[in-house]
Amino acid sequence: ACLETRFQVAAALKEGHVTPTELCQRCLALIKSTKFLNAYVTVAEETALKQAEESEKRYKRGQPLGVLDGIPVAVKDNFNTAGIETTCASNMLKGYISPYNATVVQKLLDQGAVLLGKTNLDEFAMGSGSTDGVFGPVRNPWSYSRQYKEKSVPKSHSEDKESNWVITGGSSGGSAAAVSSFTCFAALGSDTGGSTRNPAAHCGVVGLKPTYGLISRHGLIPLVNSMDVPGILARCVDDAAVVLGSLAGHDPKDSTTIQDKFKPFDLPNLTDVSKLSIGIPKEYHAPGLSSEILALWSKAADLFKDAGAKVIEVSLPHTRYSIVCYHVLCTAEVASNMARFDGLEYGHRSDTNKSTASMYAATRREGFNDVVRGRILSGNYFLLKQNYENYFIKAQKVRRLIANDFVKVFESGVDILLTPTTLSDAVPYMEFIKEDNRTRSAQDDILTQAANMAGLPAINVPTALSERGLPVGLQFIGRSFQEKQLLTVAKWFENQVKFPMIQLEEVERHNHGVLQHQKSASFS
Amino acid sequence: LAPWVPVVGLEIHAQISSNSKLFSGSQVQFAAPPNSLVSFFDASLPGTLPVLNRRCVEAAVMTGLALNCSINKKSLFDRKHYFYADLPAGYQITQQRVPIAVNGSLSYSLCIDNKMSQMVTKTVRIKQIQLEQDSGKSLHDDTRSQTLVDLNRAGVGLMEVVMEPDMCCGEEAAAAVRELQLILQTLGSSQAVMAEGQLRVDANVSVHHPGEPYGVRTEVKNINSMRFLAKAVDYEIQRQIEELESGGTILNETRAFDSKLGCTVPMRDKEGKQDYRFMPEPNLPPLILYDAKSLPANMNHQQVVNIDWIHERLPDLPRVKRARLVERYGILPEHSFTLLNEDGLSEFFENVVKQTQMKPKKVIGWILQDMLSYLKQHSLPVKESPVSSSRLADLLNLLEKKEISSSAAKQVLAELWKGEGKTPLEIVKEKKLELIQDQKELEQICQAVIDGQENEVIMMVLG
Repeated sequence: ACLETRFQVAAALKEGHVTPTELCQRCLALIKSTKFLNAYVTVAEETALKQAEESEKRYKRGQPLGVLDGIPVAVKDNFNTAGIETTCASNMLKGYISPYNATVVQKLLDQGAVLLGKTNLDEFAMGSGSTDGVFGPVRNPWSYSRQYKEKSVPKSHSEDKESNWVITGGSSGGSAAAVSSFTCFAALGSDTGGSTRNPAAHCGVVGLKPTYGLISRHGLIPLVNSMDVPGILARCVDDAAVVLGSLAGHDPKDSTTIQDKFKPFDLPNLTDVSKLSIGIPKEYHAPGLSSEILALWSKAADLFKDAGAKVIEVSLPHTRYSIVCYHVLCTAEVASNMARFDGLEYGHRSDTNKSTASMYAATRREGFNDVVRGRILSGNYFLLKQNYENYFIKAQKVRRLIANDFVKVFESGVDILLTPTTLSDAVPYMEFIKEDNRTRSAQDDILTQAANMAGLPAINVPTALSERGLPVGLQFIGRSFQEKQLLTVAKWFENQVKFPMIQLEEVERHNHGVLQHQKSASFS
Repeated sequence: LAPWVPVVGLEIHAQISSNSKLFSGSQVQFAAPPNSLVSFFDASLPGTLPVLNRRCVEAAVMTGLALNCSINKKSLFDRKHYFYADLPAGYQITQQRVPIAVNGSLSYSLCIDNKMSQMVTKTVRIKQIQLEQDSGKSLHDDTRSQTLVDLNRAGVGLMEVVMEPDMCCGEEAAAAVRELQLILQTLGSSQAVMAEGQLRVDANVSVHHPGEPYGVRTEVKNINSMRFLAKAVDYEIQRQIEELESGGTILNETRAFDSKLGCTVPMRDKEGKQDYRFMPEPNLPPLILYDAKSLPANMNHQQVVNIDWIHERLPDLPRVKRARLVERYGILPEHSFTLLNEDGLSEFFENVVKQTQMKPKKVIGWILQDMLSYLKQHSLPVKESPVSSSRLADLLNLLEKKEISSSAAKQVLAELWKGEGKTPLEIVKEKKLELIQDQKELEQICQAVIDGQENEVIMMVLG
């Protein structure tokens, strides 16, 4: 049986072809042999095996908790996990053991999922490369894939595979890499400006950003409270839908979740797209968009058109202001959210004890990296009394305009928007770090963060391999709380493009005999 | 010298009487062991979110209605940022842009002179009432150069009541606060005990010449009792006048009241203007309140606060209670103030009236002069009085029936206050305080007195 997706695994578990413990052990072993990816900050081996054992008992009794019972998952290290270190890849929280589980973590555990560990990220989720955390950068598993190696020509003799590796994108790079390298079947990320969809695109996995207010943020260490959402990474759209079903719904602990009851859904197998109206926002033909991705985007539009859907060009005129607007609002909230890190109650505390003020200053200087500190300084500047009106209020107004762009387009009859997710395929790390975090974030977020501004659901679907043999994805943006429609369309598209499976030595070794290669007609 | 017009405004923080805190489920309790009432949210653990406490909203609405405010059907929460050890999140959640209630008024009374003979009613405008979090407590240990932080109080709900600068002196400020305190206690929205930190007052004071614009104001903090409030305000007014008359200027600063020295001193910590970098609280949607008209039919009543529902259930405010006492018992307005000022005294009075034939107008003297002074002497609250209302009623009945004289009654009351459990009748018999009504008996006594004082009688007869 193909154990590629959760769906297949669940069937296998149910039928006893594989036990939760075997599955868990296999994943743990694969994590060990892919350690060079640096996808995990903490591997919770003991507790995972215990959870797997419990799951096994339930299966033996014929009483699994649900479709996620026994399924190994990973969680980005900015979600609180009781008893397991939560670091946000920052010195500020190194060694911090939270006393409570984030709601989404609790929900996964209540469903019987097996928590393998916490994944790596940019420090406090600030970044688009997963390169700026204290535990070092995450490496894109595709760097080691046959597909990439075949296509890459070493530039010089001295260059080896070590220096040519590409980034995962960010900030949920660890989670994306974990799913991409088969060490887990689904992972939680977070998405504030594209942090789930961006690495999903670069790592060739499905990355879902749900509607703001659908999934609880209680326990997610916030970057921007008014934009953050927990994100879902999985290897296929169906899996993402299942995880969504187990996580969505009102949480009394999070006052920004909607009250409406959420009904988990099965994704229909859409065959007829003739009633669908797909919008192509012209502003997403952004400066710097690679010709390769432009061509792919166009091909995808044609795919829908040929299948009978209505495909029209639309305009989201305020798109070009979204980066600047995001910068003001994000840094302002960051400055506020980071104010609690003073070393008094938890986390890193400096040895300085001359005065409370000096202790605060030293703690924060030692605990935060430059990216975090830079955003705090900017944010505080924008929040000053004399600047508030011109920056914060203005940005809020622009945000409203950006959100209204989408409202207008959806009101005009468009069901789903189709856009690229990233400007290019993943760049080599050595090239990525030539520009600073702020510059990179500004460049890389451009196609993803308007959806966060408007609170809309959006999903990256892996589409094809680039000329360099690296994944490229396309993004679908849907109406508020219409995840079912969004995922249905995404699933249809996924079935059309049949994105190839990663050919990774380590993965093949571990799944020898059990895992089949899925040779599918590649899209491009 | 041109006259000075002092101007006094007040910012009063009243701790909301509720089981749990404003945004978290930890308990509210005075003098609990340090850091024993701290939830994850109160400790600002990363990832925790505020959840609004319904009871606190109701308390603020009640208070707003009692103070004749407009209740804002939509109000907002904001973050006010500053770094301090007793503020774990680095910001306080408050209502800066749109508070829950605005534009109210409070009527209070004070005596023209020191005797309670002439009362005048004044009004102070209430600018607004806002909901906000209380901070924790810092205890500075200078000997060990350390600060101890107790977060039990962090996150407790506060109502900040802002009174416009309509007051002119310490007496007015104290009277206004006293009336507010009574109202809060009547509503039950706050126990408002100053000694337990449930009611804290900051005074804004300035002086100016009539016809000129308001002067620079100072803020006086750290006022721990009603007594100190009047003193602090009056001292500050005087200090400002003296400063200005000697050619100096007033700094827009924060000063603390030093109760030992009886003066205000500049506060070290608050130098320089603070920019609080206010920002909307993104984790709390706008607070929407309903009334009977705006309440949607299918709304879950557990989920909403209905202003009209609360209005219908407001208890009688002190003002109303006083008016009723005056009307029903024919006592003077100033009497009604004293009755309500002492916890339980008006009930005591009414109980005595019920059980005696003596007219309320006469009973009131016994309550306000005799009983009250004994209570003060012994530092006892009414509920701990050794003399019950029925005991006192029995005594007053004896007086009313002319079985004892007024002075004898006072003697009996003194005996009753010893708390030995004797009834008034027993004491009268014991001390032979009965009034003699018999004419013959009286003549005999007089004759005996005259017989025993022959010399004096002769001196009197001779002139």
